[in-house]
Amino acid sequence: MSEAVIKTDKLTKRFGDFIATNEITFEVNKGEIFGFLGANGAGKTTAMRMLCGLSLPSSGEATIAGFDVYKQTEQIKKNIGYMSQKFSLYEDLTVLENINFFGGIYGLTDKEIKTKSIELIEQLGLQQQAKKLVASLPLGWKQKLSFSVAVIHEPKIVFLDEPTGGVDPVTRRQFWDLIYDAADRGVTIFVTTHYMDEAEYCNRISIMVDGSIQALDTPANLKKAFKAKDMDEVFYELARGAKRSE
Amino acid sequence: MRTIKFLLQKEFRQIFRNRSILGMVIFMPIVQLIVLPLAANYEVKNISVAVIDNDHSSFSRKLIAKVTSSGYFRLTGYNFSFNQAYQLIERDKADLILEIPQNFERNLIRENEQKLFVAVNAINGTKANLGSVYLMNVIQDFNGEVRLQFIQSHRFNQQPIIDVAASNWYNPMLDYHIFMVPGILATLVTMIGCFLTALNIVKEKEVGTIEQINVTPIKKHHFILGKLIPFWILGNVVFTLGLIIAWLVYGIVPVGNLLLLYGFITVYLLAVSGFGLLISTFCESQQQAMFVMFFFIMIFILMGGLFTSVDSMPDWAKIVTRFNPVSYLIEVMRMIILKGSGLKNVLPQLGIISLFAIIFNGWAIFNYKKTG
Repeated sequence: MSEAVIKTDKLTKRFGDFIATNEITFEVNKGEIFGFLGANGAGKTTAMRMLCGLSLPSSGEATIAGFDVYKQTEQIKKNIGYMSQKFSLYEDLTVLENINFFGGIYGLTDKEIKTKSIELIEQLGLQQQAKKLVASLPLGWKQKLSFSVAVIHEPKIVFLDEPTGGVDPVTRRQFWDLIYDAADRGVTIFVTTHYMDEAEYCNRISIMVDGSIQALDTPANLKKAFKAKDMDEVFYELARGAKRSE
Repeated sequence: MRTIKFLLQKEFRQIFRNRSILGMVIFMPIVQLIVLPLAANYEVKNISVAVIDNDHSSFSRKLIAKVTSSGYFRLTGYNFSFNQAYQLIERDKADLILEIPQNFERNLIRENEQKLFVAVNAINGTKANLGSVYLMNVIQDFNGEVRLQFIQSHRFNQQPIIDVAASNWYNPMLDYHIFMVPGILATLVTMIGCFLTALNIVKEKEVGTIEQINVTPIKKHHFILGKLIPFWILGNVVFTLGLIIAWLVYGIVPVGNLLLLYGFITVYLLAVSGFGLLISTFCESQQQAMFVMFFFIMIFILMGGLFTSVDSMPDWAKIVTRFNPVSYLIEVMRMIILKGSGLKNVLPQLGIISLFAIIFNGWAIFNYKKTG
């Protein structure tokens, strides 16, 4: 096994009386595609926001790329990419302008931004739309663009929060090609999804129920352990016991 | 510095694509500065006056003619009884009643004394107040004429009279436009500075784009500066447009140093934009930000000395105005534009506004949390 880039130990987030994420402990290795599954309201997004340095944990420990989630959030941010559930690039900027802006914010040089822009536009097949406002793109393309912007600075880890929600099957497939591409370059992928076929694409998955992790293993081992024919059944078996929903 | 370049580039691209902001920046000063000073006029004209003439003498007719020809009054009723005239006030047709008693002319000549009765409809305070003062003046004038006519034989007045000759400095014709335009320009610059910055950041929160920024290693003060500078520039554009309009439409040319004026505006815009930023760090939606901003802007403007003089406010209100940046700007604008004050005269205000700028922006940076 290679080195762990995400390590958590009893990581917990409370909002008043409500425990959104309850003592989750896991490790993600370098270059792994880690699926972070769970029903709506299970606490996935909360956990992910803590790991990205967007939200401070209530208790527990975690290090991301070797940096502490309490004290070194800014160092963490240099080493990660993040794609939120809600599309959050600038709709009133063009595709190129968005790439340019985020490249600049991440401290890329002008030359790097230029080569990156050409590369990304080509990879995404957005040559025709490069100078169009992002608002005019269909959702699938927006999501692919968000992903590309999230990895523009070649981060060590990229966090994807339901990146393919509402996206058609063909585009989803293309999206996963992008993910594999990044993983091949050594980027660790931490992804949440509700599509069980996507869960099968992951090296390892964890399933969260009511704020805590109930299962964590490779898809094959999980299916064996739950005597299930596919991941759908595994998920159903676990999530059925959930008490809270959105 | 490089980060700020990218932030500014992005901000200006967005501003130039947003027609409503551009429209606000260009048309707000034009419309407000052309329409408001004409409407916000303290001069009261067309006061409706109902006259009850119980004398029907040449004197009473002369007095009525004098009142109506003064330009301020409009005769709405020539009545025979007070009740009749009172009806006019009741129906809001008259603002003033002037009652000339019987034997007005005779008593005035024979007994050297006569009383007139004036009743005022005080629902509209300003109109009533100024109306009765105007009327007194007209009557006094009339009195003077009568004296001249009948007491010609005396070379000197038996009773000493103090005649006050007032001369209005800095605004010799007491032209309200000259007084109002710098004030309105001051509120305009404030609104642009406060609203645009506050709404801009809150919009990023609402749309969710701020999350994508917060997950980058961007420095807090870079982000704040990237928001501050564009709206600071827009504020200066609005101010310049306003000065041009004041010159073209009202012929107001700053008497004082233009550089000093811009120097003050520069610091002032930093302060109000900082205030906008500060509000935005507390608000989650644009609606919220709008309401909070309106709350403050109303106080800022009504307690800023634009419509009512700060000097005539009660003591507690005077203390409140000291925390109101607008009051300093209006004061300084009038000082520099109308009076030609120099740096030394506006130094105290400049100091206080600088302090506001530091506090608001410092607080905004402190309060802006990348990690919740």
